[in-house]
Amino acid sequence: MAPQLDPMVGRYLRLKIDGVDHRIYFEEAGPKGGGGIPLVCLHTAGADNRQYRHLLADPEITSRFRVLAFDMPWHGKSTPPDGWEKTEYRLTTTSYTAAIRAFCAAMELDRPVVMGCSIGGRIVLNLAIAHATEFRALIALEAADFQQPWYDTAWLHRPDVHGGEVCAALVSGLIAPQSPPVSRHETLWMYMQGGPGVFKGDLYFYRVDGDLREKVKTIDTKVCPLYLLTGEYDFSCTSEDTLRTAAQIPGVEVQIMKHVGHFPMSEHPAKFREYILPVLAKISALSS
Amino acid sequence: MTPADRFARLPDLLADDTDLQRRGRWVTVDCRVDVGEQPFFLGLENGALAAFERGTRLMRSSAFTIRADKEAWTQHWQVEPPPGWHDLFALTKRGVASMEGDFRPLLQNLQFFKDLLALPRRLSSEG
Repeated sequence: MAPQLDPMVGRYLRLKIDGVDHRIYFEEAGPKGGGGIPLVCLHTAGADNRQYRHLLADPEITSRFRVLAFDMPWHGKSTPPDGWEKTEYRLTTTSYTAAIRAFCAAMELDRPVVMGCSIGGRIVLNLAIAHATEFRALIALEAADFQQPWYDTAWLHRPDVHGGEVCAALVSGLIAPQSPPVSRHETLWMYMQGGPGVFKGDLYFYRVDGDLREKVKTIDTKVCPLYLLTGEYDFSCTSEDTLRTAAQIPGVEVQIMKHVGHFPMSEHPAKFREYILPVLAKISALSS
Repeated sequence: MTPADRFARLPDLLADDTDLQRRGRWVTVDCRVDVGEQPFFLGLENGALAAFERGTRLMRSSAFTIRADKEAWTQHWQVEPPPGWHDLFALTKRGVASMEGDFRPLLQNLQFFKDLLALPRRLSSEG
């Protein structure tokens, strides 16, 4: 019997981010003959690109889009930069934006679509604020200009509490009860595998550095269309947070997803598909 | 059945869940759970309930206390709890539950405690 292979291919990209050498892991899948609208996917805090494996294996999407999902530095199979052992990892609006733009430039992507979830959704809002002309469309999942914290991140990285297990246990409540158990536990497994302090470092951006209140009012959706989708079971970024954000952005398209939580693409791939396919169809129509 | 009556069934519910006991095999701690006005004292030993007492106990110490009002537990224990009522931290964020005391044993075993406190969901069909 022929080997059963998933369609996505993984590679390592050498690039500089803010002048520092990095080796970034990414996976991609696209139309058989090449081409396709580039669609760059950003994973959530403390996780990696495996969250997008269902999208990367969906022929209805990859027949039109060249889907690329990369592991952020320090995440998944992207190693931290040399000398990491002497620093405390902290993601900032500046460093996150730089990483995304560096990836898109190094891959020579022509005005890609960027879709991000959670911290990835928040940074997508910053791309819309500061770099809209570089993108064809932007999709922010589980995103808002600001969210109220709901636990003390000091518990995420200390020697007397298992980092992977506490990260997974905390975020487990953000998954909708209707999510298939296999997908729920696969989502949590990725959280259990994060490097020490990485989830906490990502949340520095989310809680301290990435407050976009007021700034979202400057987003011009005529320059770059923006779509916001949030799961009704996400109590970290609530429906109200997303709707409040959307109310400040003329022309934004917003949708609340039923029976979905904070990790739509990985916790309930089939349900997420129902919501994301129409959005991708619109973007595809705009690009043709 | 009142929410407190449902929680009173916890020893049977845990005894029936060998997987949860396996995952909790390192958990040995005394803690308190308040269902509305009704306190429960849980003495956990190696993931099993060695002691379980309902009602006020003078000067009983416990490492931590989790309390929520009756409506919060009722919503939390629905088979499919509504958004915002489905997780312990969703309840604390909306201000209908609280946690106090030494958080270390709680966070060292967080998934165990979340699953333990969700066990009365299995009684939902009984009303």
